[in-house]
Amino acid sequence: MIPAPHLDFLPLLPELIVAGVAVALLVGGALVGRPSQTVLLLLTLAGLIAAAAASAYLWNWDGPGRVLGEMIQADRLAVVSRMILLGVGAFGALYGHHYFARTGVARMEFYPLLLLAVSGMTLLVASADLIVVFLALEILSLALYILVALSFRMASAEASMKYFLLGAFSSAFFLYGLAMAYGAAGTTKIDGIALALSGRTGSQPLALAAVGLLLIGFGFKVSVVPFHMWTPDVYQGAPTSVTAFMAAGTKVAAFTALIRVLDVSFQPLTWDWRPAVWALAAASMVLGSLLAIAQTDLKRLLGYSSIAHAGFILTGLIATDGAGIAAVTFYLVAYSVTVLGAFGTVMLASGGIRERTSFDSFRGLAGRSPMLAGLLTLFLLSLAGIPPTVGFIAKAGVFGSAIRAGFWPLALIGVLASVVGAFFYLRVIVLMYMEEPQAELEPEGAALPGAALALAAGLTLVLGVFPQIILPVLEKAAILRW
Amino acid sequence: MRVPIADFLVLSGILFAIGTAGVLVRRNALLIFMSVELQLNAVNLTLVAFSRMRNELNGQVLAFFSMVVAAAEVVVGLAIIVSMYRRRGSVNVDDASVLRG
Repeated sequence: MIPAPHLDFLPLLPELIVAGVAVALLVGGALVGRPSQTVLLLLTLAGLIAAAAASAYLWNWDGPGRVLGEMIQADRLAVVSRMILLGVGAFGALYGHHYFARTGVARMEFYPLLLLAVSGMTLLVASADLIVVFLALEILSLALYILVALSFRMASAEASMKYFLLGAFSSAFFLYGLAMAYGAAGTTKIDGIALALSGRTGSQPLALAAVGLLLIGFGFKVSVVPFHMWTPDVYQGAPTSVTAFMAAGTKVAAFTALIRVLDVSFQPLTWDWRPAVWALAAASMVLGSLLAIAQTDLKRLLGYSSIAHAGFILTGLIATDGAGIAAVTFYLVAYSVTVLGAFGTVMLASGGIRERTSFDSFRGLAGRSPMLAGLLTLFLLSLAGIPPTVGFIAKAGVFGSAIRAGFWPLALIGVLASVVGAFFYLRVIVLMYMEEPQAELEPEGAALPGAALALAAGLTLVLGVFPQIILPVLEKAAILRW
Repeated sequence: MRVPIADFLVLSGILFAIGTAGVLVRRNALLIFMSVELQLNAVNLTLVAFSRMRNELNGQVLAFFSMVVAAAEVVVGLAIIVSMYRRRGSVNVDDASVLRG
């Protein structure tokens, strides 16, 4: 008789809650017919809060480090990243509630899809096996492809198709990398690969192919140059609430998984993957910043800025020590807060179903809505990395860890790219304050997204002045046990 | 006669390359998608070949996972492509040009 394996579902509880609520909303919504959007929003938020509570409980988990056939990691990095992602999900739900009510295409599918995407993201940061990484990437991507298409604008359908085709293309590369890792190591467990590869001498073509193909797969998901082509189109075409959610969520989830893959699985090959990551980081920072200069649409500009930010985060990944991982997680927190705030402000300021996000619509915004202009200024300054915002601390952190690891030329490129970046962020600020308004459009205030924006702005400033509030937590989370 | 594992790997590499070239060269969204499916099937062949090389079953289980994911991708992808066709009457990716810059 085969002995029944001991199954410990507790470390998977956050995902089970989120996915469970998603399925319940989907079935319940179909049964009720036309459920109230507010009820759906409240249930979604309740699910996210319950998952956050479950995840907080796991901080002091003292069971085995990996559960469910060593597929799920129960460490503190997973806890911290999950918390960020659940927060991002809550922002996405609040924004979506406002956006879809305003544009008159309120759909009940939005909430279950958002929750499924969140469950994929949180599963991604907790995976201990490459096959779970692949499945989680697909769960979040498939939900996002539909979310991007969830508005009646032509641009939205087009963005969804581009995102889908390139996303599927990148998944194939990721899977090929997984197959190569399996061939090289005989296992797809993240720590098992490291054990199999360490101590080998001579060239390891299969392992090198694996790390290269996996980097291509991740590169598409986090949008680093040269795998960035979809980013500006998709960020511009997607409903702004979805853009906010995916910009923050996919970066946090995919970079956390990338930390595990590079710093654990392919730690024996550090000297081989470092030059590749170096080149990707430098190219993303430089090209992301340079291409952003020519943009005349704010959502597109933020798309290019996200490419540059992916490069900054990769700079932190070059250093493989605990401090480097802590710097990267802090950057992910900072970027999430800032980019959620920036896209949220753009959503409120661009009004109506047509989405006026070109620079012309933002001319003289300060005269029409000083509040929104002030908030957008704060978030743009944080994206540019100007003190006392959280963006500055985050950038200093990743550049510092790159310099400590001996990669000062990369940090120098990063600083120069930041200077270029400051130029185009400041141009938008000048546009809002120093020019006459052209559009007659009235930006609207709304209570719920307004409160979310206030929270994002508060965090941007508070974490910028007192980063030590969360730094000790992140440093404790940055210790990878394997 | 036992076919050497290397042959399978070379074949799957060639299939993957054909799929990659198809994605890059084709302009019809459906054909691009079919090329991606070819890539995924090339990976399945690699997984099964490695599984046989190591005399264990994990690789074949992984191939099943990838088939399920490919099926899910078809569901979502065809829906997106069909909705694009209904709006525009074409699935040529060069016609999708609202977003530029």
